[in-house]
Amino acid sequence: MPQMNMIEAIRSALDVVMDRDPSVVILGEDVGYFGGVFRCTDGLQRKYGEHRVIDAPISEGGIIGAAIGMGVNGLRPVPEIQFADYIYPGFDQIVSELARLRYRSCGDFFSPVTIRAPCGGGIRGGQTHSQSPEAIFAHVSGIKTIMPSNPYDAKGLLISSIESDDPIIFFEPKRIYNGPFDGDPEKPAVSWASHSKGEVPEGHYTVPIGQAEVVQSGEELTIVTYGTLVHVAQAAANAAGVDAEVIDVRSISPLDVETLTTSVNKTGRCMIAHEATRFGGFGAELAARIQKDCFYNLEAPISRIAGWDTPYPHAFEWQYFPGKKRMIAGIKSIMEVE
Amino acid sequence: MAKKSRLHIPRPSARPGDKPDFSYLNLSAAGAVDRPPIDSRTRDIEYLSSDLVRVLNDDHTAKGPWDPNIDPGELQVALRWMLLSRVFDKRMWQIQRQGRISFYIEALGEEAVSVGQAMALRPGDMCFPSYRNQGLYMYRGVKLVDMMCQCLSNTGDMCKGRQLPIMYHSNKANVFSISGNLGTQYPHAVGWAMASAIKGEDHIAASWVGDGATAEADFHHAITFAAIYQAPVILNIVNNQWAISTFQGFAGGERRPFAARGLGLGIPGIRVDGNDLLAIYATTQWAADRARRGGGPTMIELVTYRGGAHSTSDDPSKYRPKDEWAAFPLGDPIERLKQHLITEGHWSDEKHEELEEELTAEVLAAWKEAQQYGTMTEGPFLDPATMFDDIYAETPAHLESQRRRMIEVEGS
Repeated sequence: MPQMNMIEAIRSALDVVMDRDPSVVILGEDVGYFGGVFRCTDGLQRKYGEHRVIDAPISEGGIIGAAIGMGVNGLRPVPEIQFADYIYPGFDQIVSELARLRYRSCGDFFSPVTIRAPCGGGIRGGQTHSQSPEAIFAHVSGIKTIMPSNPYDAKGLLISSIESDDPIIFFEPKRIYNGPFDGDPEKPAVSWASHSKGEVPEGHYTVPIGQAEVVQSGEELTIVTYGTLVHVAQAAANAAGVDAEVIDVRSISPLDVETLTTSVNKTGRCMIAHEATRFGGFGAELAARIQKDCFYNLEAPISRIAGWDTPYPHAFEWQYFPGKKRMIAGIKSIMEVE
Repeated sequence: MAKKSRLHIPRPSARPGDKPDFSYLNLSAAGAVDRPPIDSRTRDIEYLSSDLVRVLNDDHTAKGPWDPNIDPGELQVALRWMLLSRVFDKRMWQIQRQGRISFYIEALGEEAVSVGQAMALRPGDMCFPSYRNQGLYMYRGVKLVDMMCQCLSNTGDMCKGRQLPIMYHSNKANVFSISGNLGTQYPHAVGWAMASAIKGEDHIAASWVGDGATAEADFHHAITFAAIYQAPVILNIVNNQWAISTFQGFAGGERRPFAARGLGLGIPGIRVDGNDLLAIYATTQWAADRARRGGGPTMIELVTYRGGAHSTSDDPSKYRPKDEWAAFPLGDPIERLKQHLITEGHWSDEKHEELEEELTAEVLAAWKEAQQYGTMTEGPFLDPATMFDDIYAETPAHLESQRRRMIEVEGS
């Protein structure tokens, strides 16, 4: 099976759906002739033409607003927001329009838009190129929010998203575009070739939305996480010598509660990890849901490892980012509770 | 020039108690503005954005190159739709005042906008309305009873009780769903029009915002996209002089007309008498032909006056002269078309009275029918469990679970 990094997997997903469905169109900043600043759409304009891979002005609100109108007129738009940090000018269009159109018109109108946006830190991007705003979108009824952690899932989930009639915010953790990251910035970069999920079929397949995945089985602790931190969590658990079950949430909303609670009921301990700031973060929702169904099996309070409640600081990236060190400290501390 | 910078706070020409003053409006005589070919370059027709295209003259005749020469029979139909819109509004306003619906917005004084523009578009063209375009829905065949049921949030409500009154939608009639947030529909119209061109179809889109909502970012996003891709879209600005309590100067209308907003992007603008059905029809048709033949977007500013309150929650006597509408130099759109038809020998006061009675009866009959689907106080009532429907294409498990819990705790 071919090896792909996440960028190639995403490009392959776009290629496969564009080839199968002429209504799929891409629009975004630098996505056309140039192929995107992260190269996710490289070659697609040459293959599918300027009417289907559309270079857009620097106007995220316009990109999302126009995509909604295209979707109403029978297209299946896949706008790219160059960095998740740039999505806010289009926020009203997402929350008040895209998410609500089906509901407010009782299904008379809908717009099947999939918004792709690279997210997360670890690339020295400072506070406008490193954010993880998934909780903001998870809070909005009417959209689905996805974040894959590897090439195989990225392609399968992106195909599912584009083929879905629901609006979807598809976050791509850009730190792991080129290879998994164990949370130690001093170590040399690793390629996806070393990872089983770097094997990606060339053709069409889907990974269903709304299903978490147990990426590592264990008995002592459940680590619930997503995106880049899936890899950090695995490395940290192994380094800490703890037999941890690591769950990749994948679908922030709708959430696969059962996979999480089944695991925590088994292990009795739960640590939640995300890059985004802690206060009001998605971890709070996860903790609330898990404690409700697992309360009598919990041997320690559910803990959260997250970004500090500060903007993402450029020069202190590795003190901000919840990397391997902080994750190990968190694991040790939850395992010490008797 | 003063030696210091200063902050300019726009002030309307008249406040309550003042004599209304519309001297700020730049008016052209009927028939005075040239009608250029539809393939004109924007820079050659900039006069259209500052002059005022008018056809109906003060003597009620139609004048000049923009006269669309519409058959009198069709004009009678137009008059009927405008009058229906007004009679409907009047009844719904009373119904709100009686406490039988929660809210209403009337289009008093602006009826020619929706009717004149709907007439000039084709059924396959898509409309993205603002909340004061009820005439579009009516003209395109949405039944009065369905609109009333929407306002009642009853079992016949097309929105199943999810939207405030007047937030209609009709996919069948090609009139979009009204959001309630202002100006958001403008980029949708542009995207829809882009898709039409991408698919190689000749349908165009049209959208409407008020003078106030031109200050929204979405307006600027939309016109930028429309200009860049030369989208087949008509971008209408209904300048009714008032955005709730702020006059059009607070949206930047003091120094240049709204029709000129697109000139910097190369979008031609037409400033038209928004109370002159003939001029509205003619300019809309010009813009539609231009869009359909690859000429791209046109901005149309319809100069009119909000004859009533912003909504049933508003009291305009607090911020503008009570008699301002009566002093508005462009008059009342229904009265003007009526007088034109009378002058041309195709209408009479008697016929007009009869028509008004007939429409009043039609609206009353619709109201009686609408109440059979339930009112705010008497059943049948909508099932609250339906609030969990239509959020996604298929209802996910957590919403089904909340639905069950809602029924358990709140009852169905």
